[in-house]
Amino acid sequence: MTTLFFWIFAVVVAGSALLAITRRNGVAAALWAASSFVGIAGVFVLLGAYFLAVVEVLVYAGAIMVLFLFVIMLLNLREADLKVVQGPRMHVGGAILGALFLAGLVWTCRRSGLFDVPLDAKGPVGETGAVAAPLFRDYVLPFEIVSFLLLAAMVGAVLLTKRRLS
Amino acid sequence: MLPLLGGVIPDNGPRDYLPVFLLLIVAAAVAASQLLISWLLGPKTKPNPVKDSPYECGIEPTGEAHTRFSVKFYLVAVLFILFDIEIVFLYPWAVHFGGGVEDGVVFATRGALVRFLFAEMLVFLLILFLGWYWVVKKKALDWEEA
Amino acid sequence: MTYVLGKLLHIVIVAGAALPGLAAVLVWAERRVSAFIQDRLGPNRVGPAGLLQPIADLLKFIFKEDVIPGHVNKTLYVLAPAMSLVPALVAFCVVPYARGMAIADVNVGILLVFAISSIAVYGVSIGGWAGNSKYSLLGGVRASAQMISYELALGASCVPVFLVVGELNMEAIVAWQKANGWLVFYLFPAWIIFLVSSYAETNRLPFDLPEAETELVAGYHTEYSSMKFALFFLAEYIHMITASALSVTLFFGGYELPWVTLPGGAWGTVLSGLVFFGKISFFLFLFIWVRWTLPRFRYDQLMNLGWKILFPASLVVVLATAGWIAMVTP
Repeated sequence: MTTLFFWIFAVVVAGSALLAITRRNGVAAALWAASSFVGIAGVFVLLGAYFLAVVEVLVYAGAIMVLFLFVIMLLNLREADLKVVQGPRMHVGGAILGALFLAGLVWTCRRSGLFDVPLDAKGPVGETGAVAAPLFRDYVLPFEIVSFLLLAAMVGAVLLTKRRLS
Repeated sequence: MLPLLGGVIPDNGPRDYLPVFLLLIVAAAVAASQLLISWLLGPKTKPNPVKDSPYECGIEPTGEAHTRFSVKFYLVAVLFILFDIEIVFLYPWAVHFGGGVEDGVVFATRGALVRFLFAEMLVFLLILFLGWYWVVKKKALDWEEA
Repeated sequence: MTYVLGKLLHIVIVAGAALPGLAAVLVWAERRVSAFIQDRLGPNRVGPAGLLQPIADLLKFIFKEDVIPGHVNKTLYVLAPAMSLVPALVAFCVVPYARGMAIADVNVGILLVFAISSIAVYGVSIGGWAGNSKYSLLGGVRASAQMISYELALGASCVPVFLVVGELNMEAIVAWQKANGWLVFYLFPAWIIFLVSSYAETNRLPFDLPEAETELVAGYHTEYSSMKFALFFLAEYIHMITASALSVTLFFGGYELPWVTLPGGAWGTVLSGLVFFGKISFFLFLFIWVRWTLPRFRYDQLMNLGWKILFPASLVVVLATAGWIAMVTP
């Protein structure tokens, strides 16, 4: 049963991601990306990471992709504007960057022993309360640093968009 | 009838989420069937230029619909992401605050635990409140200004 | 297998009949109540007291010509109403509308509602964009900006409930209130913020800017007609039902009554369902009452209220609740 659902979600994730990068219409691409995030949430549920699944939808599909959609809708780029960023050079560059990213990901997972963790973890490890205990007891400093990260992003966004600062 | 509809006691596994998946499919089927029924049963007439043009209060449509928008909307979306992440941190914190138990080593009592959690979140929120205050002071959220 | 089939039957009854049916009755109620508020009669010809009016409306929607204007993006134009209705229906999944009768009794509880509602922005913004008309694009962008702005206050205003109960599970929140009294008496300011934000999230007056007739014609659904328009309409009313159900479950004791203990067994389930229905009826009436009483906000006022008043206020309520609990816990 779980295997069947894993394959359903895997096809949704991979298929949507593939469609997202091949669509020429920006809005359609953004929608496929959002669908891919929802599929990832499904995989998280199968792994017992319920809180992470909800956050995946809430933050990635419900906030970040909405920003992408806004930018695409508000800028209203035409085909001619897109010519600048197309062509074989961009494709090769993108492929190299993607491969580097994948290599980095695999390397990090190997080093941290993430590949050795059994996937069928039993018990409420992924419930909201179980996620909270280590986050707010053991990793207090990283948690507080997150607020500085968000603060920096906030300042950056305002500085970029405001024409004149009062 | 009712026990059948209610199903079994939740087992806190991925199985609990199966109804959500089923509901998603049923909801999509409901929406698709509604669209299909009206497409099948509605009358078909030939398209004409008036029906095909965008609605602009009966006046001839002018210019393009897709004009560029104020950058304000973009800023709202960015700030929304940042504060949304802040609120996402509030949920596990609140659950731990209300339901977490003391370990007897670092936190001898429940009171010690919740006071520590409160202080932790107070610092987190104060830093972000600073950001919010700066954004408001810079009039980034004022719609009258460009 | 029996489990899956039983659930499927349950889901088909709720999503295919009960929610759209209730939404249809709500449309009738809105027209009748608004008529009485304005000293008119409202629809009273079709059936007793006009109760069959929604069915007549539905038939008319179905038999209208299914226009797809030439200037729209066809795929997205057809998809947008469905993208609006599906999250509205799915968001109801965790609401326990009678004892033990939530479609999905999951531990992330209300977070699932927030996650799914956050997807609802797509229907509105895509609908506005695909319509390819000035009014619909403006309406779509405005509506999405409004929805994301009030999502913050809405999300934060529920946190005090979790602080007190210590769980996100809806059944647990109802059980806590059965034992200790309705949460609205403990967290009145949080409930006020929740109520106001939910009005903005459902695009209802006084926050119905996305479809401000005088300036935007019909907002994001200007270019829509027949059943596609009806689906947007249905989605809005189902969002109202879900918002009322959340208000009842989080702050007003859910399907339980204070002091009186409902009997167990099948009859208890039916009675608890009736109690729940009675409670959400009040909130649905409030939605209609407010709509026909208050004038509409201006867009800058709306954004100011959301970002500069409700959002910081909700965080202050969270800290005040946490601080109070931290002080009194030994």
